[in-house]
Order: sequence, then C-alpha cells, then structure tokens
Amino acid sequence: MHNKTVSELIDDIKNKKVSSLELTKHFISRIKKLDKKLNSFITITEEHALREAKKIDADIAKGIIKPLSGIPFAQKDIFCTKNIKTTCGSKMLENFISPYDATVVEKLNNAGMIIIGKTNMDEFAMGSSNETSYFGDVKNPWDLDFVPGGSSGGSAASVSARLIPCSTGTDTGGSIRQPASLCGVCGIKPTYGRVSRYGMIAFASSLDQAGVFTTTAKDCAILLSHISGYDPKDSTSSREPVPDYHSDCLKKFKPLKIGIPREFLDGLDTNVREVFDDSIKVFEANGCSIKKISLKSSKISVSAYQVVAPAECSSNLSRFDGVRYGYRAESVKNIDELYKKSRSQGFGQEVKRRILIGTYALSAGYYDAYYLKAQKIRKIISNEFAQAFKDVDLVLGPTAPDSAFKIGEKSNDPIAMYLSDIFTVSANLAGLPAMSIPMGFKNKLPLGLQIIGNHFDEPKILSLACHFQNITDWHTKKPKISGD
Amino acid sequence: MVLIGLHFQDTLNMDKTTIIKIADLAKIEIKDDELNDITDSLKKILNLVDEMNSVKTDDVVPMSHPLNLSQELRKDEVLEDNKRDIFQKDNKYTENGYYKVPKIID
Repeated sequence: MHNKTVSELIDDIKNKKVSSLELTKHFISRIKKLDKKLNSFITITEEHALREAKKIDADIAKGIIKPLSGIPFAQKDIFCTKNIKTTCGSKMLENFISPYDATVVEKLNNAGMIIIGKTNMDEFAMGSSNETSYFGDVKNPWDLDFVPGGSSGGSAASVSARLIPCSTGTDTGGSIRQPASLCGVCGIKPTYGRVSRYGMIAFASSLDQAGVFTTTAKDCAILLSHISGYDPKDSTSSREPVPDYHSDCLKKFKPLKIGIPREFLDGLDTNVREVFDDSIKVFEANGCSIKKISLKSSKISVSAYQVVAPAECSSNLSRFDGVRYGYRAESVKNIDELYKKSRSQGFGQEVKRRILIGTYALSAGYYDAYYLKAQKIRKIISNEFAQAFKDVDLVLGPTAPDSAFKIGEKSNDPIAMYLSDIFTVSANLAGLPAMSIPMGFKNKLPLGLQIIGNHFDEPKILSLACHFQNITDWHTKKPKISGD
Repeated sequence: MVLIGLHFQDTLNMDKTTIIKIADLAKIEIKDDELNDITDSLKKILNLVDEMNSVKTDDVVPMSHPLNLSQELRKDEVLEDNKRDIFQKDNKYTENGYYKVPKIID
C-alpha cells in the first residue's frame, strides 16, 4: 500500500479496495516502526487520524466521497492545526496549540484527507539541513549519515521513505525544492500568492509560499489544485483562477522551449552536470528546444536573500515576547528581562543569528544600504527572468549544487549552508513557481532537476515534469529503508 | 553613495559593541562566551551580503511585491467574534482576561 501514489490510492478508496481506516493504520504502523531512525515526525496524531478515518469510511458507506477522501498525509509543523500541537521546530512553541486551522489545513481536511502527523523541520524554517530543529536532526532515508535538506526536511524524508504518500511544505528560499532534491522526491513551490499563507507561521512574508511533496508530479498536480486559491484571510493571496492542474498533466505533451542559465552550470560539480545533461537529452529527444540563457544576477541572489529574509524574520518574530503565547522565562525581574530571557532561551542559535542580522539591516541609517538595495536586486533578478521568459517557456537547472551533505558538515559554517540554496532563492525573490523532481544519483544519493516557470505557469511546469516521469523512472527509485 | 560607504565601513567594524547594541534592540541576550562566535559569523554573513554592491542599482525601482500588486483593503467591519477566552486557554499567566507581566510602573 505504501508504494502506491496518491492518484492510485484515491482510486483504491473509491473502488473500495481499501478502507481509509486500513490505510491510516498501515501508515501509522510504518511511522512507528521506521521513524525511530529518521526522526521525520515531531507529532503523530494517531487518535485523531483513526477517528477521522472511521468517519470517512462511514461517509463512503453512505455514498459521500470527497476528492481526496481517506488519503493520509503529514503537515509540516509550521501549519497551525486546531487542537494539535504546532511547534515550528522550536522550543519557543514546544507546547503551542493553535486555536484555529491554517487555510491549507482546512482545505485539505475539507477535501477528505487525514492528518497523521506533523513533520520535523528547521526551527522557524531557518535552515537547509534540518539540523536547527529543537527536536533533533532528521536523517536522509538514502543514507542515515546525511542530511535530508531543509527546512522541510521531515516532510521530504517521510515521503521518500514511504512513511506517508504526501506531505505539505513551505519554501522561503528553497525549503521545499532543496529537500525534495536531496531525498529523491517531487516538491513544488507555486507562484507567490497562489496558496494562502493564513495560519502558516511567518518567516519572511514577501518570500514564503506553501507547497507539497509527493512521489510523482501527477500527485503534486492533484494536491496543488486543492490548496491553491484566493483567501480573504491572506491579503497577499492571488485572485488568479485556479486551473485543474491534474487534467493539464494528462493532456498530450506539447514540446516546450527550455532555457538553461549559464550561471547555473558554471563550476558545477562534474557528476551533477552529467546527470543534468542526461535529463536535458531526454527533453531534446522529445521535441523540446534547448537554449542557453543568462541570468547574470542569480549569482548574487543569496546575498540579497540574506538581507530580505532575516529583515522580515526579525520583524515577524518580534511577536514572540513570552507574554501571549510561546515559551516564557521564569523568575524575571522586569519586563525587559521577560522579553530577553524568553526570546534567548526559546530561540535556537540560527534563529537568533538571523534576527540579529535582520535587526542590523533594518536599523536607522542602514535600511537603504541593505533592505532597499536588496529589493532593487530583487527587481533586477525578476526583470532578468521576465526577459528570459520572452524567449523560453521554462528555465531548467539542477535544484542544488550537489547531493546531500553529511550531518554536521556545514552546521558550523553558515555561509556554506546558505550557498546550498544558490539555485533556489532566485525563484523566491522573483515570486516564481518552481519544482524539483528526481533526475538521477551521485554516489547513491539522489539529485533533483529544478523547473522554474513564469508567474502562474504551474501547468507548464507540471506538464514537463509529468512528461519526464512518463519516459524515465528516477521517481520510482526508493531508499532501502522503505523496504519492499 | 554615502550610505553605502558608511555601511561598508561598518561591516568591517562590525564589532562586539555593535553586536551588543543590536542584540539589545532585538531583545536577545548574548552570553560573554557566545560573543566571539556571533561576531565572527555576522561578519562573514555581512561580507556575503556586501557582494550586492557589485551591481549598480541607482536607477532601479525597488520591488515592493513579487507580482506588482498593491495591498488589498477591505471594509472596516467586524467579521469575527472576540475569542479571547480560547486564545488565553493555555496561558497560565492570565487573570480576568488580561495577560500578567512584571510590574512596569512603580
């Protein structure tokens, strides 16, 4: 059962080959058995899931079937879930129970899905290796000595090990695509504003976007249709109509014009380059035209990102003051000490580092030199993409500069860690949709192919990804830990 | 231009006193034994950030929204009931609907 795709499980439930309760029990037992090694879950919601599964089965018996009835899934622990703990990977929110559901949660619940757990993540989504989580490192299912990527490391690892058929994630600078690449699964970050951010704990509001992890591009399309759309509770959500991404995937593939930025290939690891070139040959053989393009400013994308993201994080995280919710320090003498001790004891090292950088960048006299400068660079990056999309339909490159790195290898070197997002942050800065799909291996560790589209061109991205998966089998490869 | 000059100077001078000042603004406590590591890593990050200065941006309009949209406004009307009791349910530092904090005014 655990090797089936979401699409297959939907059919099995509809055709009564399996009940929701059976599916739910199966995946919970896998998590209990295998997650001791991976640590991809922070919370398992067994009681809630079994109760909901029984309700869904009762509905199905009465002929009430919703589009995703009875499909178990995991929520990244950044999405607020009513009556279920939401920690955001932080001591600050270790015991936080949200009084409401995030819109993404509400939409997937309404579609009939069943939450069976909340996945581990870098603290407040700040990290590229899942090592900043207060709840411990997540291990890469392909090799337990390696990181799964981050920040949505638990969501990627759990899908990769087939502990769950799909999960949600968030992506501020690559937090869906980079772990998808490192764990050998599919992950999509839609256009900024495509999915509501209501109830998604904010990191950098002008960059954050929700998305999903699955084993196939088709499944990404199915889930994306359900989480997308305008939400009056998020003033940055888009009113652009939501297409039926799934049916777009099923249409006959029309060859597309593909752009490959020179800057993504300069100095690229030889093995990664070979695997990437092989993928491009697949598209060429299927009628796509390939054009070398230039995204000159993508090289300084991480520099601009390291201003915008910390600046917005320092503002967003000022809400954690130990007063209304979250960790509160004991035995304090005055209000200043309450703020300082609660924040210092509640936040981990990386979060504090980013708050400090952000506070510096926004402080009097430095705003123009840092935040304004970074917003100008964003504009240049965005213009370069706009120019590229006049000539090509999609931009392709490797998702990450390399395969997964060892746990501990970069944890004391923030710059090396930040540069693992070099190929992903540009799409966030420009608000573009982008996806990572498996394209091969280096030393038995998976590599991801990144497909970037113009604003709201998710159908083109998904169409190319689905087509690639119709003629290759990289997405079907599983880590040994997942068993048969 | 003057600001960039100043900022570059300050990046080089990103010293412990500056860090302590920023930490105070951000309401973050830094222990003495953490100060060297934090100063060192912030300097490295600001050096990375300084690479932005390799690009001329004098005539560029800064990005205000990734989709060039402006903030949508709605009518100023009450859409939800007050849920104070629910919000305060898990907070042991509340009394009569208020949050309790250390005394601020003598």
